[in-house]
Parts: sequence; structure tokens; C-alpha cells
Amino acid sequence: MKADPHGVLTGTHFIDGDHACCEGALAAGARFAAGYPITPSTEVVERFAARVPMVGGTFIQMEDELAASIALQGGVWGGAKAFTVTSGPGFSLMMEHIGYAAMTETPCVFVDVQRGGPSTGLPTLPAQADMMQARWGSHGDYEIIALCPNSPQECFDLTIKAFNLAEEFRVPVMFMMDEVVGHMTEKVVIPPADQIEVVPRKHTHKSVEDYLPYATNGDMVPEMAHAGEGYKFHVTGLTHDERGYPNMTPQTQDKLVRRLQNKIRIAVDRICLFEEDGLENAEVVVISYGITSRVAQRAIDMAHERGLKVGKLRLITAWPFPDKKIVELAARVKAFVVPELNLGQMVREVERAAAGKAKTFAVSHAGGGVHNPEEILRAIVEASRC
Amino acid sequence: MLNVIDDTVNPVEPFLRTDRMPHIWCPGCGIGTTVNSFARALIDSKIDLQTLALVSGIGCTGRVAGYVKLDSFHTTHGRAIPFATGLKLANPKLNVVVYSGDGDLSAIGGNHLIHAARRNIDLKVICVNNLIYAMTGGQTAPTTPGHATTSTNPYGTFEPAFNLPHLVEAAGAVYVARWTTFHVRQLSRSISEAFQKKGFSFIEVISPCPTLYQRRNKMGDGLDTMKYYKEKSKVKNGAPTSEVGLTLNGEIVVGKFVDRDRPDYQSMMRAQYVESLGDRYIEEPEMECVCG
Amino acid sequence: MAKGRVSIVVERCKACGFCVEFCPTHVLALSSAFNSKGYHPPHVVHPEKCSGCDLCGMYCPDFAIYGTKSAEMKPTDAAKEAKAVGGEK
Repeated sequence: MKADPHGVLTGTHFIDGDHACCEGALAAGARFAAGYPITPSTEVVERFAARVPMVGGTFIQMEDELAASIALQGGVWGGAKAFTVTSGPGFSLMMEHIGYAAMTETPCVFVDVQRGGPSTGLPTLPAQADMMQARWGSHGDYEIIALCPNSPQECFDLTIKAFNLAEEFRVPVMFMMDEVVGHMTEKVVIPPADQIEVVPRKHTHKSVEDYLPYATNGDMVPEMAHAGEGYKFHVTGLTHDERGYPNMTPQTQDKLVRRLQNKIRIAVDRICLFEEDGLENAEVVVISYGITSRVAQRAIDMAHERGLKVGKLRLITAWPFPDKKIVELAARVKAFVVPELNLGQMVREVERAAAGKAKTFAVSHAGGGVHNPEEILRAIVEASRC
Repeated sequence: MLNVIDDTVNPVEPFLRTDRMPHIWCPGCGIGTTVNSFARALIDSKIDLQTLALVSGIGCTGRVAGYVKLDSFHTTHGRAIPFATGLKLANPKLNVVVYSGDGDLSAIGGNHLIHAARRNIDLKVICVNNLIYAMTGGQTAPTTPGHATTSTNPYGTFEPAFNLPHLVEAAGAVYVARWTTFHVRQLSRSISEAFQKKGFSFIEVISPCPTLYQRRNKMGDGLDTMKYYKEKSKVKNGAPTSEVGLTLNGEIVVGKFVDRDRPDYQSMMRAQYVESLGDRYIEEPEMECVCG
Repeated sequence: MAKGRVSIVVERCKACGFCVEFCPTHVLALSSAFNSKGYHPPHVVHPEKCSGCDLCGMYCPDFAIYGTKSAEMKPTDAAKEAKAVGGEK
């Protein structure tokens, strides 16, 4: 379906990534947000708080991130599309509720504007060191989806995508921004509502008598009902059967947890988005995401000036990880260069998928700034010689 | 003959997921008794069950959500109130009940309890207080009275306990009552009254945990505890909540302590937006738009 | 003629004794028989005294007992439904 025009601020804007993310959420149909202030993410909900009363929805500033990350799920079961926004320390507090959303299949979006850590770290400066936490931060086996915008325009476009994926798969989607992308001001074009595709909630059409909250109908994603519609359904974070009833047997656990994993895994090809350039003749491929991809672009350009055969693979979807793409490239390139604003997170995935077929060069940076393109170039040169 | 065959039905049955019975609560546990009073309150208040949602946290009382035939949410430990807050704000037409235990609501969830009361979110909170962490095996709770023995205070609890009615009154609740599981009809009436209130209502129910609290403190079984409640409870409606703290073997002051009116969160929100935005404020979120 | 009647769902009972203790007219006693879980459910010893007040039902933490007034003792749709679902009476 098309976006609700009430939420779409059609036009050309000069805004930062945080504000663009908010506009993306509104365009996607988000009408409920719960947040807790934390730098460098707060501008997203500040804008939402200003905009949403005139769109028809609610923002509440909760008492902490634990509250924000579960209040938004209450909002979802009450019928709204909902999200919360945070940064490292708050993201850490939200982990239990990311697990709850995964377990209860609550479609929702967690925006993490990454800053330097661990702990309070660098509140006003960038990092990309929450990437593994986004994937593995809650306990138990589950899958999530994570997207990494590299510009304010993408903060708008991909926030809509994040909501759409959340609804389609009934899964929490991590929107992994970073401080630079969040605070970078650029041109953002917001199209008319009728040009914005929005995935509606996968709401059941079954009668009250026939509805089983966690029964799947072939596609592994159950149909949802909202509170107040007469279905009298039960939702629990306990291992549950198709009725939603707690059932703590190894068999039910196996069936449920494998489905939560497989519903994402079978759709990896569709979920995984990337930007690629010059991969056909590449000997070395630079794999990057978020703000680092823009620094890496400079390094790639410099390498081209030197005549090096370098390709670009930008991960727009970080999770699920595009194993297939890496396996395919590893068979024909010499090496991967992976710059990121952490001491080596996504590079481990590249290494795992490459499985020794191609070498992997990490270009780590502890955060607090972005790479110098020269550092990445040096790694490209070294990789070209291997 | 034990199995009575007749054509009547237990009046609470329509509110229960009977396909999940028998429940997990121990013999002599009072949680099921509170559910009876809750169900009677639903009958008496003639509330539209379709508008009713029940939210629980984790623990023995947290399992209530799984046994009631309502839209019911068994959330995470301590977070029933913020989940319920989101549910109520997203769909203001819902009547939202939070049904959970003392540890869940006042320890791990204590911050949410006071802030929901402060905001005066329109929630009906039923707090079953068995004075201990029961599900995990009898550890000290913020409500455990001084000198009580628990698995984590094996030589007696020495930290002061919360007086929950006092806490929630100070934080801003509009309706505060306390009963024990002996006071089944009074409890039911209080729950009905809370449904008539707009705002944050808090009903504490003192309830036996014979398996962990009473046994460890040599207080007998569930029935002995009920007799103790009968003997030692004093009804003092309107009692100052500062004077209703509990002790190990002492008097239990019960009654309706607070019944006052102040605007609830959503009324204040609407008023503020109308004042600031005038007709630019769009009041009712159109929830249908998210569904295909 | 008693004003009311007690119904007992034996298999749900956990023998806490609340109903026996708090029945205002002392209609009940715990039975010496067992249910399948090994508990002694209550049985009616003074049926003529039952007022149908349902205080037993209010107290029962296991939803295993309830009282009905004589006038109410006729089949209802709800009762039929409960039988179909529960079948444990």
C-alpha cells in the first residue's frame, strides 16, 4: 500500500540524518515512539515529538531505555507502527526487549545512532562498534535484520525499508546509524506519499474462532491481531506453541526457534541490499558500511588513480550477513579490505564467509572520528600485492 | 462421589483459559483467589471484555496473563507497566490492567511503577504481594518484612521494606487500596471501583506463599495464613498510607486508602496539544492504516 | 430444601482447605478420597445448609468449586460450552 500522506513531508529538505530518520519513520506510518534521551540520537525523537501531534500519534519520553524498548512493543500490539531511538549505552539496556520482540514476533524498529564505547565512551563522536551487539546482544538464538545508512537521504529511505521489513517478517529491525551520518546535514528528497511503498501489518483475516496467534500458513510468518479486536489472544516471551500458550518442551523450542531463524534465512537474498561498483574485474574488494563507506570511496578513487583493480561492496544490509555474495567474490578476488569504526566486527563475518579463499585485511579504527582514506589506501595496496 | 456432575458453570470460567488448567500455582497459594475477585469485578462492573487487555510481568503472579481469556501479555521481568503504557497510548479505548507480583512491580519494575503513577497513566494495577520472590525460590523482596527468613537472608531480613500504598500515593496514584486474599469481596469491589476511575489505580493484595514464605518462617500453610489474615487484618478506610507498613507477625491494615481525582496522562496531553496547536492537533491516531 | 448447591471440579482441587474453612454455613469437609493428583478434595457433608453464596468459589485458588443459588440451577449455554471444553467435571 501507499504511505499515509499525513506523515509525508514531501519536498526537498536540507536536514541531518537524525531528522531524516524521523521523517522516514513518519512516512513509513510510525505513529508511536517511546524514547529516552541519549546523544547522538535524541534529535530523532525530538523531531518526532514535534511532528507527531499534527500527524495523529503519540510520543512518550519514558523513564529509561528498558521502558522505552518495551513501551514501543505495547504500542505495536495496540495497533501502531512503533519505534525507539538510542545510542550505545541505551542500546545495551534494550537488549532484553530485542529478544522479546524476536520471540513474540513484534514488528518494530530500533534505531541505534552509534557512538564510541564501551560504556559511556564517546557520547558525541562516531563509532560502528555496536554491529555485533545488534546481531547477538540478546540471549538465545534469534535473527534480526540490520540496515546501515550512509547519508541523510538513506536515513530517510532506509528507515521506511526498516519498517517494511519489520512488518513483512514480524521481526525487530536494527537501524544502525552512526554519529556522523546522524549529524551530517545534506539534501534529502522526500517524494509524494503515492510514490512511497509501505508494507501494511500482516493482520489476520481469520475469524476469532479460527485464529491461532502463532500458526503459520506456509510462509513462516504468523498473522497478527491487535488487542481490543476480540481475539483474546495470549502473547508470552516463554517458549510457546501455535496457540501462543507456554509449552516448555524441547520439541516446541526446536520448532519455534528454528522458525524464528529460518523465516529470515530463507529470505536472505531478498533482504540483503548492497551497493557495488567495479566488482567485475576487481582483484581487491573494499567492504564497508555506514559513514566508513564514504571514506572508503575516497580510498577506492585514489587506488583507481594508481591503476589498482579495486571494487566496492557496500553493505546496506549488515544482518543477515550476505554470505552468498562474499563466497562468490572470494572465489575470484585476491583479497577483501574491511575498514570499520571498531576493532574488527563485520570483518570477522567476511573472514568466515571467505573461508580462506581470499585474504581479509581489517582496517580498524577505535572510533571518535573517521578513517583517513590513506589508511584504507595502504591496506588496498598491501592487499593488491598479496 | 467426588466428581459432581451438574449443568451449572463456575461463574469465573468464561474469564479463564480452562484448557490450561490445572494451573501451576502451589496448593494454598493465593494468586488464584485474587483471580476470582478480579473475575467477579469484571462481571459486576459489566466491562466490555473486548476492550480489556491484561499485562503481566514475570513471576508467579506474572502467570495470570496466561490463564485469563482476554488479550493478555506476559512481558519481561519488571516491564509490565511500560508495556501497558504503550498499549494504552496506542489504543486509548482499551482498558488496561497490569497484574503482577511485588518483586516484579516494586523491585525490578520499581522505576516504572513510580513514573506511571506520577504521569497518572490510566492503568489498573493489581499487585499480588506475597512478600517474597516465589518463582525463583524464596529470596528477599523489597516487601519482605524485617526479620523474615528468606533464602538470601537466611539469618533474617534486615533491610527495610517498601510500604507500597505509601510509595504509590506519594508518586501520584489516584486510587490506592490494600486487601488480603481473605477479603475476597472487598477486593472485588475495589477492582470494580478502580475500573470507574480514570488514572493510575493501585490495589495491593497480600497473599500467602505457603511453599516459600510461610514454610520458611514457620507460619504454617496457606490456610493458616488465611486465618492469620482474618484475625490480624484491620479495615481502616482512609488510613494515612504512612501508617500501613507491614511487619512480620503484626496487624495488617487494609482498606481503601486513597480515592482522589487528577487528570490522567492522556487528558493532560490532549489539553496541552489543543492549547499549543489548536486545530493543527490531530487527536485520534487512525490505527486502521497499518493493516492491509 | 437447600437454597443453593455446591459444585466441585475434583481434578482441579489442590486441597488447600479454604472452602471448608470459610464456608459460612459449614457445608463442606475435606474428603478422605484422592483425586488423580493425590489431593483430598472437599465433599459436601451438609447439602441442606448451602445458601449458594459462592464464597467457596470466591476463595478457591484453583477454580475447583463454586456455589449456585437454587433458582440459577438450570442449564445455560455457558454451562454447555464449558462442558464441551473442559469435560473434567
